[in-house]
Amino acid sequence: MKLKENISKYIFLTLAFSSISALALITVFIIINGVPIIAEVGIINFIFGMSWAPSHGEYGIFPMIIGSVTVTLGAAVLGVPIGVCCAIFLTEFAPPTLSKLFRPAIQLLAGIPSVVYGFWGLLFIVPFIRNFFGGPGLSILAGSVILAIMVLPTVISITEVSILALPKQYREGALALGMTHWQTIRSVILPSAKSGIVAAVILGIGRAIGETMAVIMVLGNAVAVPESILDPVRTLTTNIGIEMGYASGTHRQALFATGIVLFIIIMVLNATAQYITRKKK
Amino acid sequence: MRINPKVSEKIAKVLIWAAALFVLTVLFAIIIYILYKGLPMINWSFLTEIPRNMGRDGGIASAIVGTLLVTTVALVLAVPFGIGTAFYLAEYTREGIVRRIIRFSAESLAGIPSIVYGLFGFIFFVMYLNLGWSVLSGGLTLAVMILPTVIRTSEEAIRAVPDSYREVSFSLGGTKWQTIIKAVFPSAIQGISNGIILGIGRCVAETAAVMLTAGGALRMASSLFSPTRTMAVHFYILAREGISMNNAYGTAALLIILIFIINVVANALVNRFTAKNK
Amino acid sequence: MKKHFIIPILLLISCLTAACAGSQSAAFVVAGSTSVQPYVEKLAEEYTFKYPEKVIDVQGGGSSAGIQAAESGTADIGMSSRNLRETEQHLWSIEIAKDGLAIIVNPENTVRNLTLEQLRGIYAGDYTNWSQVGGKDARIHITAREEGSGTRSAFEEMVMVDRRITARAIVQDSNGAVRQFVSDDPYSIGFISLGLVNVGERPVKALSIDGVAPTYGNVEEGYYKLFRSFLFVATEKPTGYSMDFIEYIRSPEGQKILKDEGLIPEFRIYSD
Repeated sequence: MKLKENISKYIFLTLAFSSISALALITVFIIINGVPIIAEVGIINFIFGMSWAPSHGEYGIFPMIIGSVTVTLGAAVLGVPIGVCCAIFLTEFAPPTLSKLFRPAIQLLAGIPSVVYGFWGLLFIVPFIRNFFGGPGLSILAGSVILAIMVLPTVISITEVSILALPKQYREGALALGMTHWQTIRSVILPSAKSGIVAAVILGIGRAIGETMAVIMVLGNAVAVPESILDPVRTLTTNIGIEMGYASGTHRQALFATGIVLFIIIMVLNATAQYITRKKK
Repeated sequence: MRINPKVSEKIAKVLIWAAALFVLTVLFAIIIYILYKGLPMINWSFLTEIPRNMGRDGGIASAIVGTLLVTTVALVLAVPFGIGTAFYLAEYTREGIVRRIIRFSAESLAGIPSIVYGLFGFIFFVMYLNLGWSVLSGGLTLAVMILPTVIRTSEEAIRAVPDSYREVSFSLGGTKWQTIIKAVFPSAIQGISNGIILGIGRCVAETAAVMLTAGGALRMASSLFSPTRTMAVHFYILAREGISMNNAYGTAALLIILIFIINVVANALVNRFTAKNK
Repeated sequence: MKKHFIIPILLLISCLTAACAGSQSAAFVVAGSTSVQPYVEKLAEEYTFKYPEKVIDVQGGGSSAGIQAAESGTADIGMSSRNLRETEQHLWSIEIAKDGLAIIVNPENTVRNLTLEQLRGIYAGDYTNWSQVGGKDARIHITAREEGSGTRSAFEEMVMVDRRITARAIVQDSNGAVRQFVSDDPYSIGFISLGLVNVGERPVKALSIDGVAPTYGNVEEGYYKLFRSFLFVATEKPTGYSMDFIEYIRSPEGQKILKDEGLIPEFRIYSD
């Protein structure tokens, strides 16, 4: 009996140890491969360098950082209000039949491969932008629209959960004070669910920053700092995606270094989301 | 200027309904368009023939098999290790700094862009370990990609099991092992399988991480070491390079149907769980 | 409690499937340039149709990845659409074909000819409007391939010489993607493999350079100056399966396939 106990404990320990070391291995591998190039060109030159031309030995990722930030910001501006409205709709207004249709639909939206979104964007969004706004169509705007759609499931489901988690009394109290339904939502429900909504937005941003294949197809991937939202840009992820197959030597290290930057961004976002949700408790 | 509460209520309601209907419209626009274009392409030979002429002709049988193989390898590896880790964390360690660090790392790793896993897999498995572009390299890459998700969801499910279950088991003279197997595992299984299904969905839909690890061969994979193409990669190449829009639509339609089935199964599991608990 | 066996059973089934799939078979891998890939895929298909017992896996990844894969043994043969660099000279290589590099624009574009000078100016960012090179008054949407691509290196060597492609250029990751964008956008310009100009659902127009049209004959005769070599690369002179395949490509049958696809068959072995 005792032996069996010990064996089982060690099996679990081994499994845990192996998976944690596997994950640690990835982290270490990425860092080891990426740090030398950052050290070589200098962290300032790497982050703020304006020119990315690996064949000329120039490794500056500033245009890509700008690309990631603008596209993600655009996605947040377009996607968050719609997502939050959808969550309010689901918790407050939706007739049961409609919400029965809505939830699986959102789930499906979350599961569709990102390449399908990219392709759809290339077929409809890009020509639309080219014909109505000008420019090549492959642009920050196209990327933002596609990413806005892609982050909706994250924003909607997390916001919905945080609204549903509010105690019933909040709502009852507000109604007892004679507030209308919308006043209740605006001055009681949304403020109390604020931290959940902020967490939803941050996690949505995390998803948008991490997306690769869909944006390769619609962003145009130019390595210059854009002048307008109709200009093509490249994000950090597409930089890795596009050049991965060719990379050798320092070029490969530079892609790993791009990975490190992404790693740090995601960790910061995650820590912020955790901090916000914990502060509430 | 203060707006009459009744008016603002109306405006807000209209806006919220509009947002919801907009989202539904966009979703159905995407899905119906792909299905409308793709479903007519799906027939027996599309499902059973391997692609010819770069995918311009023939079917997508090898891509379907490739998707299944790569996903299977990923699950065979990620599921036992993920669940084992979750049990170790939840049942054998005490809440503290170590566990918090592990949880935070798992959470962060779950959020790392899949392309970074792809880069790692390409350099480490394909090149460094010389596994080549293969089912194995692709599966390993996906396994490490979904591992954090599996650990996290399983651990949550295990922690959600009320302590009273464990106490009852212990008071009946059960050992820790018996308690885990007979009391905790059965109650957590639904949550755990949900995490696994989430992982399956991610594997099936993933493109960036498998493109340069599993490879792009059109041939039917014959071993763990053969290169293969998954459906998502096949779709990407067909659509991106404009090789055959029709076959691209067909592949996408099949992918959407597959994801839909996975979701239905997941929901059925959740529903059965909630029904049982009532 | 029976239903809780579902997961272990699923796992068992998947293990079995994986084990069944584990039986090894002899295949050889050709990997590398996405420009060469479609042609080799075509050749491989005909080849395995003829010799069903011989299995070839054709894999993309890019010229550099192909050369690296050949060097490390991940692939038996690497495909490259650029010449070997200084550091890669120790490898064995053979030129299997020449490929013209077509400069393409949208069919709506009124420009038919560019001088090499104008082309360089456009890609360097000196000319930003079609009217500067004899077209309509509209901004030029420059499309290039990604850093490291063999097609891009070839373009840089032949057209850009000492200039650089502007950072404002749109970057697409394959010939097909460049072609697709140019066929959609009336003001775009791009460069792709000549064999692919007429392959696709919507048309693009290939420009004459310095008055010479990019036709098969003009490339073959050397009048059209923009062309590059497609190479097969290996650590040493291949034997067995790989050599059989190379011999097949050199045979009249293989040459005919290359020719039909718009390449100029040519054989030159670079080795020590």
